Amino acid sequence: MVLQAAGSLCFPAGFVNSFTLWACVAAPFALLWDNGVSRNMATESIPVETPVDDELELVTRAKQGDMTSFSALLRRYEGKIFRLAMNITQNREDAEDVLQESFLKAYEHLDQFLGNSKFYTWIVRIAVNQALMKLRKRRSDRAVSLDEQIDTGEDTVVREIAAWDPDPEQRYSQEELHEILSTAIDELAPIYRTVFTLRDVDGLSTEETAEALDLSVPAVKSRLLRARLQLRDKLTRFFKRKGDDAFAYM
Amino acid sequence: MLTCKEFLAELSDFLDEKTRGELRTKLERHLQECPNCWVVCDTTKKTIKVYKGMQSCSIPDDVHSRLMAAVERKMAAKVKN
Ligand SMILES: [Zn+2]
Repeated sequence: MVLQAAGSLCFPAGFVNSFTLWACVAAPFALLWDNGVSRNMATESIPVETPVDDELELVTRAKQGDMTSFSALLRRYEGKIFRLAMNITQNREDAEDVLQESFLKAYEHLDQFLGNSKFYTWIVRIAVNQALMKLRKRRSDRAVSLDEQIDTGEDTVVREIAAWDPDPEQRYSQEELHEILSTAIDELAPIYRTVFTLRDVDGLSTEETAEALDLSVPAVKSRLLRARLQLRDKLTRFFKRKGDDAFAYM
Repeated sequence: MLTCKEFLAELSDFLDEKTRGELRTKLERHLQECPNCWVVCDTTKKTIKVYKGMQSCSIPDDVHSRLMAAVERKMAAKVKN
């Protein structure tokens, strides 16, 4: 049951947002890939029984052609990448395509990963580009950005102020809680949802999130604040102290 | 004293413990003097905490199988060349 409920956070129901014209995705994509790659495959086999925890070691071995190491990286991140792809494409079929294309690209261009950032940040960046290309294809000739024109000023409005219980989540069963949290996050605009997930759920730093999404650090910060405040607003309905009336800022 | 708007603008950094020195002192003072911002700060902190608690993210078995198959095909092709 718990597993099922966790799944609902990862694979949210369809919720189509309108993406605005913004910037062409082809440019950053070309920067990432058009390097004319040729990989060297190591011919000697590496013992697969050795347990490898260190991510950099896994990457190094994968670069040398050790397929087990690449599979280990894949298993570590496939769930998160699939969730990210769902968050952006809002479509299971597209998300699966994005997932496959991302890991195939990562495998093919592994030697371009220099190890000065986390492997996860690198593959998130690939996946975001793949997902945006998918959206772009779906919307034919329009360029698509994850960053919608969202600066209406209303995003930072705090609508409800009411104190919560000390442990409000304990009022609900695991299933109910998962439903509440995933519904709230699904209602956010894709950019907010993506920034919040990378930063506050996956635990990337602000700088890593900026790198993964090709945004500036201030842009990540402002989107994170809005995502947090919007989620807080949505959760207040469920978590506020019983008997308290909500009030708003004067 | 900071306005509520100024406080809100710094809320994320404050919660992430990225604010230092005079700014941090001002923010803490605002929290003591403004019950509204205290509630917003407290409930935003709880919002982050409650989402942090749900990191598990499984992938459907069929999606995983097809991904593995696609990657293995690619690996096999690479070895051939
Ligand atoms: Zn205030």
